[in-house]
Amino acid sequence: MIRVCGVEDVPPGEGRAVVVEGRRVALFRAEDAWFALDAICPHRGGPLADGIVARRTVICPLHERRFDLATGRQCAGEYFVAAHRVEVRGSDVYLALAPGPAGVAPRPATAVP
Amino acid sequence: MSPRARAGVVIVGGGIAGQAVVEAIRDRDREVPLTLVCGEPRLPYDRVRLSELLASGEDLDALILRPAEWFADHGVRVLTGRSVARLDLEHHAIELENGETLPFTRLALATGSRPLLPPIPGIDLDGVYAFRGPEDCDGIRAEAASADVRRAVVIGGGLLGLEAARGIVAQGCAVTVVHLMDRVMERQLDAGAAELLLPRLRELGVEVLLERQTVAIVGEQRACAVRFHGGEQVEADLVVVSIGIRPEDSLARAAGLRCDRGIVVDDHMRTSAAGVVAVGECAEHDHVVYGLVAPILEQAKVAAATLLDRPADPYRGSIPSAKLKVAGIDLVAIGAAEGDSEAISSDAATGVYRKLVVRDGLAAGAVLLGDVRGSEALLYEIAGAEPVPDPLGRLAAAAALGPEDLPDTAQICNCNGVCKAELVAAVTEGGCATPREVMASTRAGTGCGSCRTTVTAIVAAATGGLKDEPAYLCPCERQTREELAAAIREHSWRSVSEVTEACRTGRQCGTCKPALAYLVSELNANRHREERHARFINDRVHANIQRDGTFSVVPRIHGGVVTPDQLRRIADAAEKYEVPMVKVTGGQRIDLLGVRKQDLPGIWRDLGMTSGFAYSKAVRTVKTCVGTDFCRYGLEDSIGLGIEMEKAWEGLHTPHKVKSGVSGCPRNCAEATVKDIGVVAVEGGWQVRIGGAAGGNVREGDLLCTVKTRAEALRATTAFLQYYREHAEYKERTYDFVPRVGLDQVQAAVLDERSSAALVERLRIAKAATRDPWLERDGPYHPRQFRDLDDPVLPEDADEALEADEPTLVGPPEDGV
Repeated sequence: MIRVCGVEDVPPGEGRAVVVEGRRVALFRAEDAWFALDAICPHRGGPLADGIVARRTVICPLHERRFDLATGRQCAGEYFVAAHRVEVRGSDVYLALAPGPAGVAPRPATAVP
Repeated sequence: MSPRARAGVVIVGGGIAGQAVVEAIRDRDREVPLTLVCGEPRLPYDRVRLSELLASGEDLDALILRPAEWFADHGVRVLTGRSVARLDLEHHAIELENGETLPFTRLALATGSRPLLPPIPGIDLDGVYAFRGPEDCDGIRAEAASADVRRAVVIGGGLLGLEAARGIVAQGCAVTVVHLMDRVMERQLDAGAAELLLPRLRELGVEVLLERQTVAIVGEQRACAVRFHGGEQVEADLVVVSIGIRPEDSLARAAGLRCDRGIVVDDHMRTSAAGVVAVGECAEHDHVVYGLVAPILEQAKVAAATLLDRPADPYRGSIPSAKLKVAGIDLVAIGAAEGDSEAISSDAATGVYRKLVVRDGLAAGAVLLGDVRGSEALLYEIAGAEPVPDPLGRLAAAAALGPEDLPDTAQICNCNGVCKAELVAAVTEGGCATPREVMASTRAGTGCGSCRTTVTAIVAAATGGLKDEPAYLCPCERQTREELAAAIREHSWRSVSEVTEACRTGRQCGTCKPALAYLVSELNANRHREERHARFINDRVHANIQRDGTFSVVPRIHGGVVTPDQLRRIADAAEKYEVPMVKVTGGQRIDLLGVRKQDLPGIWRDLGMTSGFAYSKAVRTVKTCVGTDFCRYGLEDSIGLGIEMEKAWEGLHTPHKVKSGVSGCPRNCAEATVKDIGVVAVEGGWQVRIGGAAGGNVREGDLLCTVKTRAEALRATTAFLQYYREHAEYKERTYDFVPRVGLDQVQAAVLDERSSAALVERLRIAKAATRDPWLERDGPYHPRQFRDLDDPVLPEDADEALEADEPTLVGPPEDGV
């Protein structure tokens, strides 16, 4: 996992964006856990890190699409963004990217002869 | 009463079936002693929705059917985490694994099923899971989300297998479903529907391989691939086996009960042993084992009557019906998938497939994919085996049928067995007014949730159209502004988090957090504890977010009057920060568009002007015409009054934006009659108008009063502004607010000398606590107020990382890899 910031770098209840291995990720410090999603809203490209964060969801600031922080799935909708793994160790925040390219569904497995 | 009678009914199995038997008994008898023995270390939960848990990672608590208090209130003894070792039918007792013995008068077996695991090499490897319980769910979810797991294979393309695959994809893990048969969900779907489902699954990221017999799971310690008959292999770091279930009848078999595929029961759910019934996935009725919720609930009612020696209609079997709960795919499969006569409508382009199956002229089944309109009506007809002389006509007509066309006896919520008449009665007799209340009262829609749209439509029809729900500030918690304001005053809360902590407001979806933040600040006359996480991004960085994520900057220009020096500074700042567009606004100000977030403090510093609040629900501009100073028609000093108003109000937040204007004569060049607050000079005085609009709607402001002096105009408008600040709902513009409360009411409050004086005084108190937010350029509320994590920040940022501890906070969940 990659250290992305210190715990105090993200104000409580807010999100901040960071580029990890070339991929822009929004990191969220929710009420009782940290989460990370791909940073760009698939609807119209809004910055999810600037959204309002609830206990388990974030609302895109541009057109109010709401996403589940744990899964990246849109609440009551079709969009989804990749959800990445976050761990807090001491005062540092670590992140592991989800597999697959940003912004699209993961590629299916291919048969190996 | 004999000791045996006091022992009462013991139910073995804490699943949906066991819980259903408990509830069915308590519906009929509140006295008989009940003991529910659960093998899992938790109260009964809704196993049907486990796949949702897999996708969302929600707590299992969300699926618990009834809280512990319910069991206490209903006199039900629950033993959790107790496995049963043996049934001792001779002595009317069961023996638990821990050595305890429980006597019973009557016994219900609701032991459910266990997943079928093929006896193939590698089935015991690490990374291989069945998909049955919450532990499996947790394990699969954690592995699928782990960076080490790149590909998953689900063995089995049935309903459960597809749901497992969808849950895995949601974790960002590639997944392939391998299936023995030539189509997925062959028990529910015909070939046509199964064929149309494949591209939809592919869109979701689920690959499907058909006609593959898995012969081995390959790997040393941990699975790395799945091998098929013929030698073909597919990579797999995670394997989920979902090839079916087998009734859990081992206790019954050992006790000598008659078993075939499951525990054999008759039409009264009686097993071959006296006083013992069986219900649910462990029971076999008329050669059929049912694994769906609706039949189990029917069985539980019959079983309860049998256990209590009450008369009841016999159980005659059920019509299976399934709604597939995979995101984006609506699918309903009812009864038989094939028959001697079929009506089909199909459109591959849109992925819609609808079929009505008829046998011997009677409705026997339906498959609806992509468009499930009319499913309730069809289910009702199929369950009643109604004659269908014209299947194609029937299929077409069903699509046009709304829930209101359903008969009263039609079952709407299959999970909880609620029919239409019960929903209507909850409205007409139970006093429920909204879908939410009906769902809470009848429990309809609280199972898989797939019937909620139908429930809402029926409730709407029953209440005579959608009755106005009160305007909730927090709809999730059903809390109005008035209720919350009362609580905030009572407890002297000064921050959003105090309210959230105590009342849960805004915790669930977060949408109402800005409304709550405004309410807290207003009630505390701006002497609240500011918490920026509750504010929309514009109010965190004091600029207006644009479609590309940049911001616009509008400095305060009182009354539209600007100095050459200010213009020069605006021009210099625009050049220095390479502002892509500078535009004069409709409110007589200047907008710098396309500023990057991290440049905001710098540009504010260079401007040396105060915030115009063009980004916020706040006092915006006071537009003025030229007035008496230069205009040859001017009757009064509109610029002077406009500047005075703007200075008296600037910096105040309001329920929605407030745009104002002052015109110096009835020609009204400042368009003051269509402003939230507008003042127009007339011969001998000023007209004060409120609630005007010139946006999506155009509305002429209502005449609040005509006054003689400029001071009176200022006082009336100020009193109205404060009245609006105190009484409007959040996001309610003045042009909605004034008609809602009525002009008379507003006039009474605003024009009465005493109450007007008090309003003006309260506004002044609130205003005294405001501060130009652009001063945060030199004193940010957080070092990263304007910065993302890649942007360099002030020197103290270079905190050296502390030594890594064990993870303390984790999300999304993931355990030791």
